Amino acid sequence: MSTIVSLPDQATAKLPAKSYLNQEYGLMSWLLTGDHKRIAILYMISISFFFVIGGVLAGLIRLELLTPPSDLMATDTYNKVFSMHGIIMVFLFLVPSVPATIGNFLIPLMVGARDLAFPKINLLSWYLYVGGGIFVLSAMVLGGVDTGWTFTTPLSTHYLNTHVVTAAMGIFLAGFSSIFTGLNFIVTVHRMRCPGMTWFRLPLFVWGHYATSIIMILGTPVLAITLVLVALERTMSIGVFDPTKGGDPLLFQHLFWFYSHPAVYIMILPGMAVISEVISTFSRKRVFGYTAVAFSSVAIAVFGFLVWEHHMFIMGVSQYSALVFSLMTMLVAVPSAIKIFNWSMTLYKGSITFETPMLYAFGFIGLFTIGGLTGIFLATLGMDIHLTETYFIVAHFHFVMVGGMLMAYLAGVHFWWPKMTGRMYPEAISKTAAVITFIGFIVTFFPQFLLGYLGMPRRYAAYPADFQVLNVFSTAGASILGIGYMLPMLYLPWSLIYGQIAGNNPWQATGLEWQIQSPPLTENFVEIPIMDHEAYDYEWLANKTQHEVQTVG
Amino acid sequence: MDSQSIATTPEELDRSVLPHAHEHPAFLRHHFEDVGQQREAASFGMWVFLLTEVMFFGGLFCAYLIFRNWYHPAFVAGSNTLDIALGTTNTAVLICSSFTMAMAVYSAEIRRRGQLILFLVLTILLGSVFLGIKAVEYHQKYVEHHIPGPSFSIQDFVHPTNPKAIPLAPDMAEKTQLYFFLYFAMTGMHALHMIIGIALLFIMVARASKGAYTEGHVIPVENFGLYWHFVDIVWIFLFPLLYLISRYR
Amino acid sequence: MTEKTQETHQDAEVHVVKPPIYLAIFLTLLALTALTTGISFIDLGVFNAVIALAIACFKASLVVLFFMHLHYSSRLLKLTVAAGIFTFLLLISLTMTDYISRAWGMF
Repeated sequence: MSTIVSLPDQATAKLPAKSYLNQEYGLMSWLLTGDHKRIAILYMISISFFFVIGGVLAGLIRLELLTPPSDLMATDTYNKVFSMHGIIMVFLFLVPSVPATIGNFLIPLMVGARDLAFPKINLLSWYLYVGGGIFVLSAMVLGGVDTGWTFTTPLSTHYLNTHVVTAAMGIFLAGFSSIFTGLNFIVTVHRMRCPGMTWFRLPLFVWGHYATSIIMILGTPVLAITLVLVALERTMSIGVFDPTKGGDPLLFQHLFWFYSHPAVYIMILPGMAVISEVISTFSRKRVFGYTAVAFSSVAIAVFGFLVWEHHMFIMGVSQYSALVFSLMTMLVAVPSAIKIFNWSMTLYKGSITFETPMLYAFGFIGLFTIGGLTGIFLATLGMDIHLTETYFIVAHFHFVMVGGMLMAYLAGVHFWWPKMTGRMYPEAISKTAAVITFIGFIVTFFPQFLLGYLGMPRRYAAYPADFQVLNVFSTAGASILGIGYMLPMLYLPWSLIYGQIAGNNPWQATGLEWQIQSPPLTENFVEIPIMDHEAYDYEWLANKTQHEVQTVG
Repeated sequence: MDSQSIATTPEELDRSVLPHAHEHPAFLRHHFEDVGQQREAASFGMWVFLLTEVMFFGGLFCAYLIFRNWYHPAFVAGSNTLDIALGTTNTAVLICSSFTMAMAVYSAEIRRRGQLILFLVLTILLGSVFLGIKAVEYHQKYVEHHIPGPSFSIQDFVHPTNPKAIPLAPDMAEKTQLYFFLYFAMTGMHALHMIIGIALLFIMVARASKGAYTEGHVIPVENFGLYWHFVDIVWIFLFPLLYLISRYR
Repeated sequence: MTEKTQETHQDAEVHVVKPPIYLAIFLTLLALTALTTGISFIDLGVFNAVIALAIACFKASLVVLFFMHLHYSSRLLKLTVAAGIFTFLLLISLTMTDYISRAWGMF
């Protein structure tokens, strides 16, 4: 199989003498760093930690659902397990996954800046994240939360005696961590671009993160105030969300989903941003319809704020309002489809090679398309009544978030691993992992569409025996998926020591980040670059490489 | 095709390690190109932060709007128990503090240290007066059993002592608790912002007395000014919404 | 670094607002506070709320435009404020689509 990977001669190659990794040593040089690249690494380690915890909880859920009765754990334990799985995976893994790690690492490199605009705030955001993580973990250790990740009132405020306030506090802190990340990105993209880096020369990765940051900035504070109200309602029994006191539980739903639906786009837009880079690099073509893809990111961010009520269609909202929201929900499909079509057109007549990031990207496109299209089912008012709160919806959002975002995250981690560490990951085993992940994912979640359509409700530990065959499939798939995720966790650390030296630009990619040494210097650029070409200009790269050869030879 | 524009060679490394800011002022952070860029980034960052604050209060305003429409009589009755003299005074005090803050920014810009400290101290004083009056009002509510929670009493609304007030049916009178909760949540959140602001002001006075902001580095004062004025704006909306519902009764 | 193609460095010179403007705005704000309190004691029906909010919006605009220097700031900052107001109105108005029409067709 052909490849575009070009590594330096391994016999003579060595890592650069100075880089952000060896600029300073010691634990404190990491914990007090202002360097966006180091903070990205801190984030990567911490979200991996929470991913493992969330993954183990997911394993427990699938194990419980292997058999129809609730025999592995008590039903209330099951409730706590799936609640913690949701809370950890959504707020502590998916929301920060690509933006806070890969985005944090790359945005200054891509816009040609020495750092993000506010390095200290960037560090603060990591500490807030860790603080939030500690609160969530302590809620789990103290006895758990069983509200589900949505904290539905009045269940969360009146009927449950678990650690809702502790968990809400954790999410509040994690929320501010993501606000600060978004703030930093927006200011950096606006104010820190290098000379010549116009908006339409920015890589689509930056556009995707810009759109994500808009949502983080405008949506997250509403979640914060909502959780404050829930906490006050629990501790002081106020009644804003309590119908017996004149409050309205639906108000909670409105405020919660005003953030949490756009948050779904926080969890997918950065993934799309990664895919644009990967698809272009491994098909050696400029992304087809650059402008359309760039604006579709912003359109998703804006439309994302107009659709939240589709989470509430069966909760007694006004039918007329539901009509409007149903229509607007379908509108979001348009920019998402624009992206899918443009990526397909980028592949068309490109010189495609199948490195690991590309395999994950293909996985993303397939799974995200299925996830997105089933979203249309759920946007349809009549269909939604049948499908909502069943496994259909569980499958739908896992296709988008796990099949979409997690695939994109892994694509991004593999794609930029050489840049972050200076070393290549082992290619053969990582390709295997990508294929295993894809197969495992389909086997796990596709049966859940059928289960949901047949009427199996979500969030129950027990189910009728009729559903067992499909559930066994799903649990078996989860085991395969588990192996698929475990492999990178083993071979990526391995590659830190034994991986091949990557050199500046192993993929022959065009981005600014690939034109500097890997791993980069603490200040990123020896001299602030001047951008004189479009993004994804492979001719420019060919010329530049040629020029370099001539100078040397 | 300027392919040399992106320096890739590590030989040039030593130059980057050297302070590249030899002709730049000391307050310029290393990752900014010049003072103008730093100033714009900082001020834009502050505005974006205020954007999140707008949405943070937005949730409360949304709740207020819904319940005010649902339980208008209860909101009128609740609003009319607030002390309008204290409320109006407080609004004026806060506007004065905004004015002194604006003047502090001006003093920093024209580099007058003494004047800057004077206006910052005045802002602290006015902010504290505001919080003091707020405390008096909260205490009144406590005495009247109008603080939502177990001690809340609807007596004043079912059997008003004021002959002009319209008595409420008990179920509507219960809803005044929602009004008072929103009152405490909104003014409390606002007061919390004031307390944070005053704490920051103390730090700024200490630094200003060492001449930190009068050598051209006005960004912190300016950004704090933005924050302080934003807190003022929140109050500008809270005052009519909470104090001025159908006062003519 | 001669080629400055971006919008970033255009308005590096900061406009210093003079005290007379601050004083004028300050006095207007105080007058409007007195006005809004006074009007609230007159029965105007629904217009009480409308006028109170209109005055509040006007006061807030004065503070934003002059105390916060938005009047003299770049288009980007103006756009930022507009984005905040827009999203806030989105939250309110789209939530209201539910609350307004929830009872339609039920009576």
